[in-house]
Amino acid sequence: MAYSDKVLDHYDNPRNVGSLDKKSKDVGTGIVGAPECGDVMKLQIQVEGDTIVDAKFKTFGCGSAIASSSLATEWIKGKKVDEALAISNTAIVEELALPPVKIHCSVLAEDAIKAAIKDYKEKNASAAPAEAQKA
Amino acid sequence: MTNPIYLDYQATTPVDKRVLDTMLPYFTDAYGNAASRNHAFGWVAEEAVDTARAQIASLINASEKEVVFTSGSTEAINLAMKGVGEMYGSKGKHIITCLAEHKAVLDTAKHMEKLGFEITYLQPDKNGAVSAESVRDAIREDTILVAIMWANNEVGTINPIREIGAVCREKGVLFFSDSTQAVGKIPVDVEADNVDMICFSGHKVYGPKGVGALYVRRRKPRVRLVAQMDGGGHERGMRSGTLNVPGIVGLGKACAVAEADLEKDMAHSNALRERFEKKIFDSLDYVFINGDEHNRLPGCSNLSFAYVEGESLIMGFKDLAVSSGSACTSASLEPSHVLQAMDVGDELAHSSIRFGFGRMTTEAHVDFAADQVITAVKKLRELSPLYEMVQEGIDLSTIAWTGH
Repeated sequence: MAYSDKVLDHYDNPRNVGSLDKKSKDVGTGIVGAPECGDVMKLQIQVEGDTIVDAKFKTFGCGSAIASSSLATEWIKGKKVDEALAISNTAIVEELALPPVKIHCSVLAEDAIKAAIKDYKEKNASAAPAEAQKA
Repeated sequence: MTNPIYLDYQATTPVDKRVLDTMLPYFTDAYGNAASRNHAFGWVAEEAVDTARAQIASLINASEKEVVFTSGSTEAINLAMKGVGEMYGSKGKHIITCLAEHKAVLDTAKHMEKLGFEITYLQPDKNGAVSAESVRDAIREDTILVAIMWANNEVGTINPIREIGAVCREKGVLFFSDSTQAVGKIPVDVEADNVDMICFSGHKVYGPKGVGALYVRRRKPRVRLVAQMDGGGHERGMRSGTLNVPGIVGLGKACAVAEADLEKDMAHSNALRERFEKKIFDSLDYVFINGDEHNRLPGCSNLSFAYVEGESLIMGFKDLAVSSGSACTSASLEPSHVLQAMDVGDELAHSSIRFGFGRMTTEAHVDFAADQVITAVKKLRELSPLYEMVQEGIDLSTIAWTGH
């Protein structure tokens, strides 16, 4: 299978690899996928106000899964939380030129962003209960 | 050393120069049809085919008349299974095989199910082996065929063929063994090993692609097959079609070389595998051998690198040609059916890589490969949330994963 140059680039030089303190109140952690399915993504965001100031990921999965999550962290850094929620998997598919069999990798990345934001909102639910419920 | 380094000897092998040199005249000079009885071109071709038949028979301890040439193992498997089914179907409709077989056997079995045959798929043990006892327990009054591979193509586990064959003899059931990975790699003796049919391909034993053979026992018992290809009645009526003389010459020579060099080749491949696995185990934790560690094909090393996924690993060793048991290398998202049948767990199946060493592999290749593997695994574990969790002491089985 031939990979797009962008997938190879993210694989060779993954952006924002690492972990944030998951206990910290301003950090949201999303873990999606399952080991037996061959993909697990952990994506974390650090939020100040309503802006994602930092994002980190670790991924167990194929090259396309690594590239999808690497790209996701790149895209959400500096974005408002609501803007990050609007990122769809199809944008990731287009950017990385993923073949149909790899579309699930992009879905997983979108899910990881949403899960991290949900976790952040739940942690801070006392401040904005209505918001957390919506998420 | 030229890159990439070929470490996929269970998929195919390079043609040995000695084999190629023997074949070449049969393309341009001695190009006769082996079935032409009226002139020297035909006689020369026929003689070459006879020589090859003798070379092949010698390697497996058969007689020349028991060798049927085919286009390769897949065709031979189809001929053996469907041919027996059609010939003996009136006696019974039950066939026994194993979940860890090659797709050529499994898909033939599935096809026969549609034709009214009943197939028992034995579950291999955790090493991928089938026991003679499990075969015995599965044999019924109406069983006409047992089809169990000699050695597994993915994990290299060698089955107890002699014992399974003895059970089949005792019960009067024909025994076919797909020996594509075994012939020329380990000792195969159709008499001592109690097999009635075996098949193999030229390209797995340093011969050409597009040629193979089916051994069909002629005595005690005499196996009869219904041909699956109608035509000129070549190969004693079992496989019509003009003989692929250069290919057959190559297969014969490949078998002769394999017979002469068997001990040497086995020692070479075993030593390379030991060297490779030692380097890997010295440098990495959480690595598991798939298959029977002590009863594997020489030169076959199927390893699972826990907490990293196989396809991403293969991307990491750009200069190695290897195969993965991970789903992601194929169009389907299912991991290897062999590893699934062995019950190694989908997670480890996704993390498996098959390394194959052979006649042309050198120690330098192995050292280079081990270094690339170690580097890639370490890099990907830095990226792996699972490895991180394990390092933190989290039991992964306690986590509620969100499967998709």
